[in-house]
Amino acid sequence: MTSIDVSSSMRSTTPIVGSQAGTAGNLDEKVSVRGVDFYYGDNRALKSISVPLYDRRVTAFIGPSGCGKSTLLRILNRIYDLYPNQRAEGEVLLDGENILNPGQDLNLLRARVGMVFQKPTPFPMSIYENIAFGIRLYESLSKADLDGRVESALKRAALWNEVKDKLSQNGLSLSGGQQQRLCIARTVAVRPEVILLDEPCSALDPISTAKIEELIDELKSDYTIAIVTHNMQQAARVSDRTAFMYLGELVEFDTTSKMFTSPVDQRTQDYITGRFG
Amino acid sequence: MTLYARRRAANGIVMSLSLGATVVGLGWLVLVLGALLWNGFGSLSLAVFTEMTPPPGAQGGLLNPIIGSLMMSAVAVAIGTPIGILAGTYMAEYGRYSYLTSVVRFINDILLSAPSIVIGLFIYEVVVRPLGHFSGIAGSLALAVLVIPVVVRTTEDMLLTVPRELREAATALGLPRSHVIANVSYRAARAGIITGILLAIARISGETAPLLFTALNNQFFSTDMTAPLSSLPVVIFQFAMSPYPDWQKLAWAGALIITFAVLALSISARALAATRNTQ
Amino acid sequence: MSQRRLPVVDIAMGDAPAATSAPPDRSGVLVRLRLTNATFRGLTFGASITVLIILSGVIIALVEGSLPALRHFGFGFLVSERWNPVTENFGALAPIYGTLVTSIIAMVIAVPFGLLIAVFLTELCPPWLRRPIGIAIELLAGIPSIIYGIWGLFIFAPFLQRTLQPALIDLFGPIPVLSNLFAGPPYGIGILTAGLILAIMVLPFITSISRDVFDAVPPVLKEAAYGLGCTTWEVVRHVVIPFARVGVTGGVMLGLGRALGETMAVTFVIGNAHRISASVLAPGTTISASIANEFTEALGDLYTSSLVLLGLILFVITFIVLAIARYLLMRIERRIG
Repeated sequence: MTSIDVSSSMRSTTPIVGSQAGTAGNLDEKVSVRGVDFYYGDNRALKSISVPLYDRRVTAFIGPSGCGKSTLLRILNRIYDLYPNQRAEGEVLLDGENILNPGQDLNLLRARVGMVFQKPTPFPMSIYENIAFGIRLYESLSKADLDGRVESALKRAALWNEVKDKLSQNGLSLSGGQQQRLCIARTVAVRPEVILLDEPCSALDPISTAKIEELIDELKSDYTIAIVTHNMQQAARVSDRTAFMYLGELVEFDTTSKMFTSPVDQRTQDYITGRFG
Repeated sequence: MTLYARRRAANGIVMSLSLGATVVGLGWLVLVLGALLWNGFGSLSLAVFTEMTPPPGAQGGLLNPIIGSLMMSAVAVAIGTPIGILAGTYMAEYGRYSYLTSVVRFINDILLSAPSIVIGLFIYEVVVRPLGHFSGIAGSLALAVLVIPVVVRTTEDMLLTVPRELREAATALGLPRSHVIANVSYRAARAGIITGILLAIARISGETAPLLFTALNNQFFSTDMTAPLSSLPVVIFQFAMSPYPDWQKLAWAGALIITFAVLALSISARALAATRNTQ
Repeated sequence: MSQRRLPVVDIAMGDAPAATSAPPDRSGVLVRLRLTNATFRGLTFGASITVLIILSGVIIALVEGSLPALRHFGFGFLVSERWNPVTENFGALAPIYGTLVTSIIAMVIAVPFGLLIAVFLTELCPPWLRRPIGIAIELLAGIPSIIYGIWGLFIFAPFLQRTLQPALIDLFGPIPVLSNLFAGPPYGIGILTAGLILAIMVLPFITSISRDVFDAVPPVLKEAAYGLGCTTWEVVRHVVIPFARVGVTGGVMLGLGRALGETMAVTFVIGNAHRISASVLAPGTTISASIANEFTEALGDLYTSSLVLLGLILFVITFIVLAIARYLLMRIERRIG
């Protein structure tokens, strides 16, 4: 343990980006994180992170708790803006535009970059309303169209069959796994381009987890997905690319298969083989 | 006596004292309520609710002050509640981390416990004197000033209990803060905010001091808010301090009515708060 | 923006009209949302400023209303005992004295009682009895003061006149200093009666705040002390009270603020006499009782203005007491987290 820490502190901070990382197929960078620093007050939580999110691929962020993986995710839709004394520096390009620009419309950004949180967060309203009210905000639809959109979103989240007869019930009446799928449906319903998943299964049982993972696999045909997880098996199962973060730095980024079979960095190897974290 | 025995004796004395204090304290309060029920029910009759306040020595009821109190309370709540909720919203949402919020919170807490008679003087100076006469509106404004701090306090407290995750999730859908508040925060905090409003109504329904020289009193039936208006607490004060037994009896009846109204409001507020907790 | 890919969201509902249309043009919506948000934000901001305006308004109105009296009497108003509406000669000493003495009597009685009841509720009371007693105390704190006033006038004052007051007069009559304190005929109403009524009124406040503060003492601390073999009293004395001191002081100050400003309960039983008597059995007056009794009947600007000046003095006193109370309670809240 100690020896690892010593060696890691002596290593250069330049992340190892696998040569294979961006070459398989014609991959567009939907989101490009470039030299991003993040501060909680004076505390620098992220140190010049650069990482791409490829279009219609799943990128997993792994690392021990406190490594900054959730912080990075919270930059991508600027949800950190809710709090004072939190700021990001550097560039995050979404389709080539820097979303960290002060002039960025945050409502628009968040409509384009959806997020699902660790704890299921159904709103205190009916299942139908949970999904409909986000849609209604941006579009004025007829009742029939709205019903259609709600239904398709619930189907997309593989929840329709379970809730179609109780759409008017309170969202809080669902089980934890169902609630999380409701949250995914809600996110999908406003038609984002990118979906951020912040440890979406950490509060769920194994069966619900399996369902969500299946869902992620289906969703990636339409969306760019970033998932933060502390569960390495999950990262291996659902992602195409994996980024390993440690102490606020990006240590290594490569295709998931490469990362889990032959990581280059000693720290990545130690983490993946369960020697720390 | 050994040290241990002395320690035990000291403990016994203090514990008996605390038990005694509880019995005496609660007993005293029981005496107040008992006297109120006894005298109040003895004076209560249908006429209390259907007849006007009588001249000395005659029979009558409390209809005009009851109506006056209801009108003034309703207007006070209609004025004070929106201001209170909006201010509490600023403090818990938009301005949660701002310096202004801590200043407003401090000032609001002062207003919350400020002597209500001073509020009466304030309204007298800014409303009654410029207009040149007492009025129901002035009374309502004085009561509204008492409603605002209660509602501000509970609204802020209740919105602060809305989980951070819920607010973040709504924000992450692309909702502007106003929509997050209206659709999520208010819904989640609804029971608590209503509790606050009920407590505010309970607070003003027995207030006498701020009405003495704002709404004054009116011995005739009137629903004119621009004229002096009768209210239950002021009539109780006037009648109780009078030498006439008939008036004193009506004062007891009025006191009973107010107490019941206040207790009913506080109990519903508690019940509402309890349902929120079990949800 | 221009090269944004259109997400194909609704493949599950291929036939729905929304599914085939491009994502909505959001620019119009965004302007509207920004506007709504700014408007709402402005409204809430304005409302919180209103709270500040009200307090400043209270101060300005009281100062303005009391200017004639201030100009006429100057600071002599504070130290003069005279109160003569006929010659228009006014001084605040008697009401200030009455306000302070009634409040002191109230606190001297209510604080030990409140603390002992809080000890009972947190340390001795069987759990099933806690909630009912707690609820009863909180409901009683909400009973309007006029109820206590009418009870004091018709029940409590006559009772004191027959029992406690003659007893006090007999008991302390032979003792030199105390005989002055308890001199005179038993009127029933008076300073002592008002103080006792105030004590009953503030008791629930002090009890419920003390109980909350006692409850906030971390159980580990208490358990550690019990583990050393401390008796309940020793745990309270050496663990609970030191921990709760600041919070309880805040609660006591809050109760004092109420007692100082309380109007109706006092007005009924104080006797409304503008004089300072050595005896607590004599009638007196308080600031709030003077205003309540005399304001509507006050003739002439100087009389009215003097009453407003009394109100200003009361406001300043309570403001200071309440500010200290809030400061102390804020400190304990921060510590509890």
